[in-house]
Amino acid sequence: MDLIADRGRRVTIEELNTTRLLSHARKQAHQRNLDDMVIVDVDAHHYENESYDEFLPYMENDVLRQLALSSRSKNNRAGISPSQVGYQDMGGRVTRYPMRSSEKTEGLKGAQRDIQLGHRWMDAMSVDYSCLFPTGMLNIGLHPQKEMEVELCWSYNRWLTEKVLPEGGNRFFSMLCLPFNSPEAALRHVEVFGDRPNVGGFMVTTVRSDMAVYDNAYMKLYRALEERGLVLSFHSGPNWGEPIYKSCNRFLAAHALGFTWYNVVHCTNWVINGMGERFPKLPVIWIESGLAWVPFLMQRLDHEFMLRPSEAPLLKKKPSDYMRDMYYSSQPMEIQDYGAMECTFRMMNAETQLLYSSDYPHWDFDLPSTIYDLPFLSEKAKHNILGGTAARLFKLPPRNDKQKENLKRFGNLTAPAAAA
Amino acid sequence: MAEKFVAKLSEMNNGDRRIVFVGDNEIGVFKHEGQFYAYSNFCLHQGGPACEGLTIAKVEERLRPDKTSMGLYFSEDEMHFVCPWHGMEYDMKTGECVSDRKMKLKKYKTVQKGDDLYVVA
Repeated sequence: MDLIADRGRRVTIEELNTTRLLSHARKQAHQRNLDDMVIVDVDAHHYENESYDEFLPYMENDVLRQLALSSRSKNNRAGISPSQVGYQDMGGRVTRYPMRSSEKTEGLKGAQRDIQLGHRWMDAMSVDYSCLFPTGMLNIGLHPQKEMEVELCWSYNRWLTEKVLPEGGNRFFSMLCLPFNSPEAALRHVEVFGDRPNVGGFMVTTVRSDMAVYDNAYMKLYRALEERGLVLSFHSGPNWGEPIYKSCNRFLAAHALGFTWYNVVHCTNWVINGMGERFPKLPVIWIESGLAWVPFLMQRLDHEFMLRPSEAPLLKKKPSDYMRDMYYSSQPMEIQDYGAMECTFRMMNAETQLLYSSDYPHWDFDLPSTIYDLPFLSEKAKHNILGGTAARLFKLPPRNDKQKENLKRFGNLTAPAAAA
Repeated sequence: MAEKFVAKLSEMNNGDRRIVFVGDNEIGVFKHEGQFYAYSNFCLHQGGPACEGLTIAKVEERLRPDKTSMGLYFSEDEMHFVCPWHGMEYDMKTGECVSDRKMKLKKYKTVQKGDDLYVVA
């Protein structure tokens, strides 16, 4: 397949085969005996827009379903889900974006194709379990119609739990999309889908123009999650259209800041409003903002709290202590200065609070070796971060005897061994 | 150091590349403007197949004498090759990582014998 390079020059690239593309990842896994460790990827993606035809029929409202299905006709250019300006593929430099359709999957489509592609990259990286998130629907919070957000989340969650996860050999799980602009509908999602197999929790997309995580309207939702032992996660993203980012003339800037800043804002509101005191048993994960923001926010909030405790009266300890009670996904790790990174890991108690994530197949994915090769981590920390802590959190079993031994060794064995 | 056959010279056009396997090692060999360049196929970032992605000219931002920007242009004389995993770019002629030129891919010599091209590894 030809890709367009400078001045229209065409460059021939082999058709995409994920196993071949990631053959060096497989080598790394072999060199490090990663198959002996449970590796859990708490943030990976599929392209759910390729399966609209499979899940839009699950929309409940007749009129909205007709609108959505109608927009799928060939001559209709209308979008269903909000989209953004951006250059994730770097003009084709990250070839798996433009080459994606060239990958062969034995004639499979939709859910089956997603599963096969997922297993290919998981096997290459030695990932045992993967938390599957959508891609385009990470922008669902920007939809101008609350009711359409509800319907799209509902239909996607039904399809995911009924057609994708059950066919994934118990290697995929998910934290399902919450229609967060409608607290009552979000609660219904938890009540209906929360007990389904391979559902580890629920996810809020944090790219939203007006999101108050502390609003009284959400307390029933958080209680429902806590009561069921489910995880609440916040998945960040960029939004070049956000007014403050309109001054950014390069995608790099909007991406670097956006992915971090949405979680900075929502984590701040979560902590300062004492959500950690209100729901102490609710596990919370902050996803895909990198790690460098964590020590920044800890220092910033602790400093202000020391002087203004009257504005955060529910807090019984420093904001950073509440932040250390929560979890963080690892990708994209800013591996630039090991000293700074070691300090970050220390400040966030990474040994118990950090969860490996790849974000594959997105452009800035991280391999398990990004954790395994860190020179300052103990063996226990490597095992915990790469999968032990997540195995405990999501009750995931080992897939072989060595994994069972390692989970046991570091106190992470909570589920019986998988039959496979 | 052994010589490993890469390709028939007559079969390699400008813009072509070959990946050569030498034991566990992998070497990417490019033909660019009549010259051959051979580098390790392991990206210095996360170990991706550095030589198997797009080749594309360097992007430059040109400034006027008063330091105002004229915008972005493709370079006339600097070609890059790009690791397909994350987009790390390397200078075709030197193997330097263009975002940090202290980082360089291992470079290999090529040898031409008759119509045969070899890499020394």
